[in-house]
Amino acid sequence: MTDTPSPSLTMGPVYYLWDGPKWRDFHFRIADESPFDTVVIGETVCSKRQHFIEPHLAEVTGRLEAAGKTVVFSTLALVTLERESRQVRELVEESDHRIEANDLSALGLLNGKPHNVGPLVNVYNAATARLLASRGARTICLPPELPFSSVEKIVADSPEIDFEVFAFGRMPLAISARCAHARSKGKIKDNCLFVCGEEPDGLPVKTLDRQSFLALNGVQTVSHTCQALLGELADLAGCGVSAIRLSPQDCDMVAVAKLYRAVLDGTLEADEAIDRLRDIYPAAPLSNGFHHAREGAAWVARARDVTSGAMA
Amino acid sequence: MELICPAGTPAAFREAVDAGADAVYCGFRDETNARNFPGLNFSRDELREAIAYARRHKTQTFVALNTFMRAGDEEIWYRAAADAVALGADALILADFGLMAHVTERYPEQRLHVSVQASASNVDAINFLVDAFNAKRVVLPRTLTIADIARIAPKIRCEIEVFVFGGLCVMAEGRCSLSSYATGKSPNMNGVCSPASHVHYRKERNELVSELGEYTINRFPAGEAAGYPTLCKGRFDIADDRAYTFEDPVSLDVMSEIDALTAAGVSALKIEGRQRGKAYVAEVVSTLKKALSAKPEQRTALLAGLRGLSEGQKTTSGAYEKRWR
Repeated sequence: MTDTPSPSLTMGPVYYLWDGPKWRDFHFRIADESPFDTVVIGETVCSKRQHFIEPHLAEVTGRLEAAGKTVVFSTLALVTLERESRQVRELVEESDHRIEANDLSALGLLNGKPHNVGPLVNVYNAATARLLASRGARTICLPPELPFSSVEKIVADSPEIDFEVFAFGRMPLAISARCAHARSKGKIKDNCLFVCGEEPDGLPVKTLDRQSFLALNGVQTVSHTCQALLGELADLAGCGVSAIRLSPQDCDMVAVAKLYRAVLDGTLEADEAIDRLRDIYPAAPLSNGFHHAREGAAWVARARDVTSGAMA
Repeated sequence: MELICPAGTPAAFREAVDAGADAVYCGFRDETNARNFPGLNFSRDELREAIAYARRHKTQTFVALNTFMRAGDEEIWYRAAADAVALGADALILADFGLMAHVTERYPEQRLHVSVQASASNVDAINFLVDAFNAKRVVLPRTLTIADIARIAPKIRCEIEVFVFGGLCVMAEGRCSLSSYATGKSPNMNGVCSPASHVHYRKERNELVSELGEYTINRFPAGEAAGYPTLCKGRFDIADDRAYTFEDPVSLDVMSEIDALTAAGVSALKIEGRQRGKAYVAEVVSTLKKALSAKPEQRTALLAGLRGLSEGQKTTSGAYEKRWR
């Protein structure tokens, strides 16, 4: 009988612009009350936001570590300006924490150092995963778009790396040099006045037939639906995935983490957890379509009837 | 300055060569390239003939294998790379690290270009690909201004190619699953964005509604020209405001900036449009070729003739101009 350890829980970086105190207090509570094993922190979406969390990084890191959590620092997803390149270089050179790479510049700079790879880097196959491992990648969080058939294959063919799967949160779908969020409020990126901070859970984009579709988060576009892999956790654990990533939304993330932990530990049925998750995060319908090789917005119920997030 | 031209069919390929392309880029008829549309692209035999034709006219052929290998189906991409090399492709345009590693190891003499789909948008990213895979050229993502390009050019150890004309991705290329979210077909894994198989039009009262999968992408009142429902060029509602949320139905045209791009250190200009017909390719390539050798004051008149060919007949300089952001 093989005894595979139950996957650990990772909290991804907060993708949204929350003001400093809100961001700090959120992480304090994660430190004090949540069952997360690893917490990824640091601005990932827009370099202009860096100063909101900077004053609180040290105290948040300290509090998380004192609670026994492993802290990982996230790098920017889109690096074009010299200032942004410098930010990534300084983080790689100066940090004594594990770093999660979210773009190719970080991957280049981290060559030879143990590091993690975030879900915004394109890892679609084992050949890529193994190449990254040969350069120092230890843990890779796979992109949310991957179907389970790909996850299974990549994990099986890359025994030297730990894999993580994006199992909760609005899915990052795109990033642009242009800020659609600022643009929707009559601004451009360079004079944005941080208007994305007005929507701490994303700005809803509806179709002209009033279907909920997407949400804007600064230069990032996320799904309207919330990825929820709960009924799928047993399969993920069974194929050797070693960590489950929950991406913070503006809701009770301690409660979300406890649900996932309970399902992983076998103390709560997935169906019951799904019902409770809908109460904890009512803002978005749940989806798991990508995992089942369908459109990402789809919800594939365990009874195999299929509805779409578009209608919810 | 080289002019790199698209070909979705053997006929368009010959037109591009005849019109003076320095290189023509194309792909195989499958998911190994990012324009995997019905009726487009090349069989192995067609590519062999195309490369022979190009050689006779001193034109290069670049083969785009610029999607990401689906786990378990890597052989499709490996075979495409092997065939492209054997058929004599002058360069392979690649996006997937796993495929780049494979090509570098198996075919060390093969010239490798970094596809725009790889999203190498800065000095450290580009030099990583040069060092790891001996990349000779990078096609820059449409996220940089001309000033950004001028800043990074002296610090990178390969040539720079940029898009100057044709369709425009609003999102960082290769990092967008919007279409996949709505249709289940992935630009990265299946080579299709906003695929025709998932497009529907319906009449509702006096409006034409365009849909992608289950989602409405636009509604056109009678009298307004209806466009194809490319997801990021759709019209959406944010609160009570109705707008082209991401980008208007425009196409890219920065040919007026040729001199600035040259000064910035760009060595090749790329035209988008493998899905376009041969007449379009012939006209765009011959006009841009003339524009390259024309004096700046003659250029404007030459380029004005192309306006009618652009999507929605409106153009933008996209991210090359700072205020687009």
